[in-house]
Amino acid sequence: MSQFAINLLFVGGSFALYIGIAIWSRAGSTKDFYVAGGGVHPVTNGMATAADWMSAASFISMAGLLATGGYANSSFLMGWTGGYVILAMLLAPYLRKFGKFTVPDFIGDRFYSSTARLVAVVCLVVASVTYVIGQMTGAGVAFSRFLEVSNTWGIWIAATIVFLYAVFGGMKGITYTQVAQYVVLIIAYTIPAVFIALQLTGNPIPMFGMFSTHNESGVPLLAKLSEVLVELGFQDYAADVDDKLNMVLFTLSLMIGTAGLPHVIIRFFTVPKVADARWSAGWALVFIALLYLTAPAVASMARLNLLTTVYPEAAGQVVNYEEAMAEPILYEERPEWFRTWEETGLITFNDLNDDGRIQFYNDANPAFADEAADRGWEGNELEVNNDILVLANPEIANLPGWVIGLVAAGGIAAALSTAAGLLLAISSAISHDLIKKTINPNISEKGEMLAARISMGGAILLATYLGLNPPGFAAQTVALAFGIAAASLFPALMMGIFSKRVNGKGAVAGMLAGLITTLLYLFTYLGWFFISGTNMLPNTPDNWIAGISPLSFGAIGAIINFAVAFGVSYATEEPPQEIQDLVESVRYPKGAGGAVDH
Amino acid sequence: MADDKSNAAAYWKANVRLITGCLIVWALVSYGFAILLRPMIAWIPIGGTDLGFWFAQQGSMFTFIGLIFFYAWKMNKLDEKFGLGE
Repeated sequence: MSQFAINLLFVGGSFALYIGIAIWSRAGSTKDFYVAGGGVHPVTNGMATAADWMSAASFISMAGLLATGGYANSSFLMGWTGGYVILAMLLAPYLRKFGKFTVPDFIGDRFYSSTARLVAVVCLVVASVTYVIGQMTGAGVAFSRFLEVSNTWGIWIAATIVFLYAVFGGMKGITYTQVAQYVVLIIAYTIPAVFIALQLTGNPIPMFGMFSTHNESGVPLLAKLSEVLVELGFQDYAADVDDKLNMVLFTLSLMIGTAGLPHVIIRFFTVPKVADARWSAGWALVFIALLYLTAPAVASMARLNLLTTVYPEAAGQVVNYEEAMAEPILYEERPEWFRTWEETGLITFNDLNDDGRIQFYNDANPAFADEAADRGWEGNELEVNNDILVLANPEIANLPGWVIGLVAAGGIAAALSTAAGLLLAISSAISHDLIKKTINPNISEKGEMLAARISMGGAILLATYLGLNPPGFAAQTVALAFGIAAASLFPALMMGIFSKRVNGKGAVAGMLAGLITTLLYLFTYLGWFFISGTNMLPNTPDNWIAGISPLSFGAIGAIINFAVAFGVSYATEEPPQEIQDLVESVRYPKGAGGAVDH
Repeated sequence: MADDKSNAAAYWKANVRLITGCLIVWALVSYGFAILLRPMIAWIPIGGTDLGFWFAQQGSMFTFIGLIFFYAWKMNKLDEKFGLGE
């Protein structure tokens, strides 16, 4: 069977599974649609949250980021997991006790203000839409690579599948589909990693293999990797970073952004009890960590594998690296996976010194320039796209065709599950908070369901359009989504629970201050609405205010939000007694019913 | 009623104290050991690199999981002790 047929079988089979689950768990009421009837087991919910959370970026790109950045990119690992600690302790149980359907619901009721509700809807929609663009483009890329269709067709297929199970199943359909998607994606991620760990270290568990001995050279894997990197002018894999301020702020932004992203928060409305919300956050992190603990192992091993493929002599015990690296492999003798990925343009070779061999090193390092010239190298001849590490893993490890098919299905599952969760968050904000709570409070349950399905259909079309015509700022949009969630939604939610004194005026002023300062800071350095060339200051460290990178600004925006909200609240009146009672009741699990409509 | 109120206040106080403790550990492993204090613990070797690197890429995640389960377990006991569970 050809590789194409195998891919088709795996991807098609997984789609049939998702749609089957959606038909079986069709939503019958608004409660089913928004919070899956409020009866999801905490472990099931944890698994669905993990699938919801881990997007195409986690599945495909994270290992590549870690491989090139080494220690410096650890922020992604800590930031995207540490957020769950805050979520479990500062938000999830109380929002579950509050027992409504959406995030703006809580903000609107707690701050007794439809302005606050609308500001929350706007923040939610902007954060979710920017995030969903990346998922659609990610799914498009995965489809075009594995199903050999055009990118446009890939995006349309992805949109159709999400439409089928999200629109009919609602949260109920999405939850059980996401459980299936989690299983597919974690198996797809782990299998190639286990084989690579076995080949390189003899240890079948990648996260332990990473810290054990490299078979061929007999030295610890990470030490070997750093040695080879330094000999090629690259940065030491474990090198410390000088700019600790930005590393701390960036990690903090990712953490509070994670805790403030609405599609993650609404998952905790689906469990039966307050205690379940706490356990569920723990289970979600366990399932997320299964992938996030494997990713750094994949990153370091794939990087070493790539280097020793080019410099086979450098793999074993080396006394003199200069000799070992004198003869990199001949281009004509490159391995098969090298050829297949060259066809996609994600690996490119350019023989600058015409010796027929592949010189792969860091030619941007001035300290290494003399050394390279001595060796007769005239520039780096190999460009490797970061994103192929995970996708090419099975081929690098010489695994059979079905593993490649499985990885294809896994990457697509990661993109689809996140897209579905985001679309649900968007549609519930529009149908519930905008239409039912603001425009037409008399709408019937049937009418609200219809509105929810129509707004989801609309959201999918918008996401598809943006996926087909990406606004050219896909990479920055992730910073925008996290920045908004961190600077606007998270502080409002936290203050709503932990302070009885913060009132409606304070919350609205705080959210707007956090949101606007964050947007202004991002636009100043990255261009207005990310249109390149419209930035007012160059995006370099000496232009940043107090040396704070735009990517790290979410944490500062959150601090501004807190400060403004407290300042305005203490200058104005106390919230009314019934609101203080509401805050009181949210703090104690006793008396929590299912998530209720009013 | 007054009893209920002071009971509830004591429960909330215990919860906030527990959260504070957990978040100190949370900050210590991630911002502390993995980033700011890394040079201070760099002399402790682990698998070809140093302890700070391990905390950044593995240790902090193990700690996070432990913290959430510890918090959930402790809170269940608090719910029971104060009679405020479901």
